Amino acid sequence: MKLAIFLGCNIPIRLKQYETASRAVLEKLGVTLVDIPEFNCCGYPLRNIDSKAFVLSSARNLALSERENLNLAVLCKCGYGTFRMAQYLMKENPPLREEVNSILAKEGLKYEGEVQVNHLLSVLFNDVGIDTIKEKVIRPYEQLKIATHYGCHALRPSQIVQFDDPVAPSLFDQLVELTGAESVDWSTKLECCGAPLLGTNDELSVDFTEKKLTDARSAGAHYLTTGCVFCQMQFDTIQKRMATNGGTNHQVPSILYPQLLGLCMGLDKEVLGLDNNEIDISGVQDFLAAEPHLQSVQYSGA
Amino acid sequence: MLYTIALYASLAVFAVGLLYRASNWFRWRVGPEAAGISSSARISAAAKGIISTIFSARIGTVVKVFVLDVLLQLWLLKKDFIRWLAHICIYGGFMLLLLMHGLDKIVTSVVFDDYYSTLNPFMFLRDFFGLVLLVGLGIALYRRFLLKAPRPKNTAMDYYASAVLCVIMISGFLLGATKILSHLRYQEMVEEYAGLGEEEAEDLRALEAYWVQDFGVVSADVKGPFDEKTLDQGKELHEMSCASCHSRPQWAFISYPASRVLEPMALLMDRADVPIGLWYLHFLACFFGLAYLPFSKFFHIFSTPLYLLVDGVMDEAKSDPANMATRQALQIDACTHCGDCTVRCSVAVAFDEIANPNILPSEKLAALRALLAGKKLSQKKLARIQEGSHICTDCHRCTEVCPIGIDLEKAWLELNERLAQRGYPKPEAWARETMGAEFDLAHLKEKPISLTPVDKAFASALVGSGQARTFSVCFGCQTCTNVCPVVGNYENPKAVLGLLPHEIMHCLALKQKALAIGSNMLWDCVTCYMCQEHCPQGVRVTDVLYELKNLALKHIKNRAA
Repeated sequence: MKLAIFLGCNIPIRLKQYETASRAVLEKLGVTLVDIPEFNCCGYPLRNIDSKAFVLSSARNLALSERENLNLAVLCKCGYGTFRMAQYLMKENPPLREEVNSILAKEGLKYEGEVQVNHLLSVLFNDVGIDTIKEKVIRPYEQLKIATHYGCHALRPSQIVQFDDPVAPSLFDQLVELTGAESVDWSTKLECCGAPLLGTNDELSVDFTEKKLTDARSAGAHYLTTGCVFCQMQFDTIQKRMATNGGTNHQVPSILYPQLLGLCMGLDKEVLGLDNNEIDISGVQDFLAAEPHLQSVQYSGA
Repeated sequence: MLYTIALYASLAVFAVGLLYRASNWFRWRVGPEAAGISSSARISAAAKGIISTIFSARIGTVVKVFVLDVLLQLWLLKKDFIRWLAHICIYGGFMLLLLMHGLDKIVTSVVFDDYYSTLNPFMFLRDFFGLVLLVGLGIALYRRFLLKAPRPKNTAMDYYASAVLCVIMISGFLLGATKILSHLRYQEMVEEYAGLGEEEAEDLRALEAYWVQDFGVVSADVKGPFDEKTLDQGKELHEMSCASCHSRPQWAFISYPASRVLEPMALLMDRADVPIGLWYLHFLACFFGLAYLPFSKFFHIFSTPLYLLVDGVMDEAKSDPANMATRQALQIDACTHCGDCTVRCSVAVAFDEIANPNILPSEKLAALRALLAGKKLSQKKLARIQEGSHICTDCHRCTEVCPIGIDLEKAWLELNERLAQRGYPKPEAWARETMGAEFDLAHLKEKPISLTPVDKAFASALVGSGQARTFSVCFGCQTCTNVCPVVGNYENPKAVLGLLPHEIMHCLALKQKALAIGSNMLWDCVTCYMCQEHCPQGVRVTDVLYELKNLALKHIKNRAA
């Protein structure tokens, strides 16, 4: 399978480990990723400012992907939700699509509405499949408790983003559990991380993060896991800042899902960028089964 | 006379301009590190730094950077061969013309005792260097104006700069051509150098015949065909009096063919003093270019090499903070306005919808310069800069792609800081701070709300979320407010948020624009889509809030205008 990988603006400079870990995991699972260097802003940061500019910005990426005849694999939940929303708006409102296309035409681009937008997690779940991934797990986790954070913009509005059941999603939990870890129940699992308000209302933003960290901790989670740039930065960079600024140290570090998966697939921790997180997550390796799993050894030999 | 006055006037403007621009490097404060370091401390630190560099091993680095990066521009060669070729031709041709031809009295005639501008190799080289420059200019103009990048990155400054250079070049070649043709000019030379009096009319005629035949002069009364004997005689006289300081004009391989094209008009042009006119045009254009240089994009011929040298020897960890501050300021001036950053910019595409050039990094830098210089700017202008400056995803692509290595990220941080100091912070935060007060939501309960006149334009403005058609289906169940985690975060949410989500939906039904866009709820919405997901009537609550934010930001933008 071949997909265009959409990194967005933050990953290349602030969350490089998300890229390297995702590439390593997908490569191991036989997914080929193509880079399109002309990709621009997904449009998410423009939504507050100008709806049309947001749709245009999204559409340009979609059109670039269509030009290469590739579907998209988006690493960020906000980017994913934004692309889906832009697709929906252009489908619902043909004059808007025409207007956008008339601007894109200056660059010889056109959005046809053919491209399928996937999130990394939906690629793993729907296209690769739980069973195939399980075969590659050689050292499953034992006794590891994970608070799985879904991320708002992938879940809602469900009619438009179509990621999973918005009230009782299970896609991400299943992906976590195939690593041997337990995906704990926690009440704020589906709520916001607080990131969208950073820079506009920091206090409220941190209130949200605080609530989620407290909840994850009391549910007994050792780690949070995310599949989104903004959620990860909130739970990593901002959690660290909160602790150093005299707030409670919740000690629930956040690990990116491909890092979590990669480790139990036996991938190199350098490639997974384990040391690049702000909060130390190296302890997660202590939960890995001591000996390579027998069954999986057979598989990897096959 | 005019020549001398123009020369000194333009030199004076040039010198003052240069000093002014250079003084900015010690006055501008870019970044928090620069605060608290006075200009005089920076000047003395720079002097110390320069002296210590000269007398240390770092001088080797300076020489290396000068040869590889400044003279040969290898950094550009690695990036793009065609651009390097264009640039090296323009800059090489220009510098060589300036040294050999423009400054011939100061440079060439000192280095070469036998220098005459009409003698080879100088005559040939003048046209050759001109051709080199023209080739470079041609490639550059083709790339800049014909192979346009999707978004405009040519400013008036680029057009002026190209125009001045074109006028200098074209007038120079035409001047050469008309001088070749000119009989008046020929006569002047004969009087000055030939030493032939009126009585030697036959010799004069022979010499003139030779020049008409072989040197392209057009004479009113000496016309060919000439007999062998006259030409031989002319040639002899020529070799005696002229050849030692005048090569054959065919060596001026651009001016000479141009002169053949102009030949039919030669006498007319001579009578109308066209060569003199062209000479005026040529030197005035040169002097104008000289005076304009410190204020134009050509200033980068000083600032960019200087920055490359400074950057080569400085070390962020070890250098004097005062010098780091100067380096930061110098960076801002090192921009050549090549536009690479804008081509690579992640949000440049937004420019096609929001036609604000301040979105584009290559143009935003001009705004920063204006703010650093403490210029008075209108409210409207500041609001435009604010809008553009905050449409940035902070992706560092501009910094990564800048061929000079300007730390543009730092520049944008400074721009936002300066804007905030002048009362123009991040638009969302600005709206949050000011909109509630403008619409006086705190005193809402004290007076009745007027429902007329109905703002019909407001309802029809909400097109993206389709709510102009569907918000009326809201039956007031308040589910949106009840599931909102922001509302749930506060003991007394109305005091903090102004209106709650369901109340905002009511405002839409009642077409109360002021209430809807004045509410803090808009800016405290985390966009988690809980409300929209759970609305039993399918109202796109979050999308409506997004659209209201768009309207509110337009409102404050228009307020500034």
